[in-house]
Amino acid sequence: MLADFGLVALFLIVAIIFAVSTILIPVTLKYIRVVPKKPSAAKSSTYECGMTTIGKTWVQFNFRYYFYALLFVALDVLVLFLYPWAVGLRDLGLFAFVGMLIFIAIVIVGYIYAWRKRVLEWQ
Amino acid sequence: MYLLDNYWIHFAVFTVVIIAFVLTMVMGFIYIERRFLGFIQIRMGPNRTGPFGLLQPVADAIKVLLKEDIIPAKGDKLVFWLAPLVAFVPVFMIFAVVPFQRGALLADLNVGILYVVAVSSIIAVGVFMAGWSSNNKYSLVGAMRDVAQLVSYEIPLGLAILSVVLLAGSLSLTRIVEAQSIPFILLQPLGFLIFFIAALAEVNRTPFDLLEADSEIVAGFNIEYSGMKFAMFFLTEYCEALVLSALVTTLFLGGWRGPLLPPFLWFIIKVVAVFMFVAWIRATIPRLRIDQVMGFAWKGLLPLALINLLITALEVLVWKGTLPWLVIFLNIAIMAVLILFWSRFSRLGGGRVEV
Repeated sequence: MLADFGLVALFLIVAIIFAVSTILIPVTLKYIRVVPKKPSAAKSSTYECGMTTIGKTWVQFNFRYYFYALLFVALDVLVLFLYPWAVGLRDLGLFAFVGMLIFIAIVIVGYIYAWRKRVLEWQ
Repeated sequence: MYLLDNYWIHFAVFTVVIIAFVLTMVMGFIYIERRFLGFIQIRMGPNRTGPFGLLQPVADAIKVLLKEDIIPAKGDKLVFWLAPLVAFVPVFMIFAVVPFQRGALLADLNVGILYVVAVSSIIAVGVFMAGWSSNNKYSLVGAMRDVAQLVSYEIPLGLAILSVVLLAGSLSLTRIVEAQSIPFILLQPLGFLIFFIAALAEVNRTPFDLLEADSEIVAGFNIEYSGMKFAMFFLTEYCEALVLSALVTTLFLGGWRGPLLPPFLWFIIKVVAVFMFVAWIRATIPRLRIDQVMGFAWKGLLPLALINLLITALEVLVWKGTLPWLVIFLNIAIMAVLILFWSRFSRLGGGRVEV
């Protein structure tokens, strides 16, 4: 099993080398003057359909996805706990099914509460 | 277990196979999508470069290689350079566990599908890095939308995968394929629908391509990118589509299994068929609005996926071992009833939204 993860780790190295070398091809081509390099102030300015940008981009703004992110954490942990349960359900039998039903019910109470509080709506 | 015994030869051969497979399939997909979309919209599509325009992806690749590399002056340069790598490497890593046929895969992990889910969620980090480092309002909005969408659809996706895992009794992709004497799309029709919709949203294909909505935020997160770095994002997008097709094939369509033809050919045929279905959806369904997208995930897919999971668990407990043919009709009936009921129960706001 560890040997398989070793293969994945080796593949990660290959993937990184592949991606980095792909991205460095134009850089090397730039040095042998195949790829043009004529920077100008207008070219490297922020693109906004021809308008000049007003103000900064990195500011605080009303982030509507905040509650979704909070709910996601709770439900994603639920999904993670379900994975080992799903693999072994045939051997574990009815007891595990009822146990997981109770566990899901506890998390779902929070989900229904969020729904009733209109957190899931775009407001 | 593997086709090749020697560890290093196995690694070398399958690394080359995966790189070749991904690059040729992505080029094929770009061609298929443009040509197929062209035919759907009653126009020719690319037809000038080579026979039937077959060399169009090659021409695109050469063009993109020779473009000037523009980096926005106000951007965060290091993150700007790193973002395409962070987005591309994980999507490439997923192919390490996708089985082309029995024993023909790089690593047969016993946590295969969990690995896929885990690695694929790193792509959002790359996309967000791109959107943030460009220092552009459009790209930031696009990146925010992408993260929100990924976060929302990951839960129905996980639950739909779980119902497959329940039927197969294993997380290994090879075992899941071997368990499909009846393809899981028949045993698990609702699970398939949920998985397909959620996966479309995860890979930002058309009804859910809000992060690059051309008409409102121009091109979304990759607006400031040009040249090879843009090509990396383009490649990532099509690799994601390839992952989607490969996963649908593996989890629901029986992977490499099929009569007469050699197994790996069946795998490729199914992958291309699924991708053509995805391209067909792109040509048919208009883009959704962000509140509809979020509402659909949280109020529509999530409860349906949970109910489907519990029903599947009950079925697995009732019929230990393999499920009989009868269950197919039962599950299709359950799917129809649930979808009809739920579409009445949960209304997604149409019309305008006051912001």
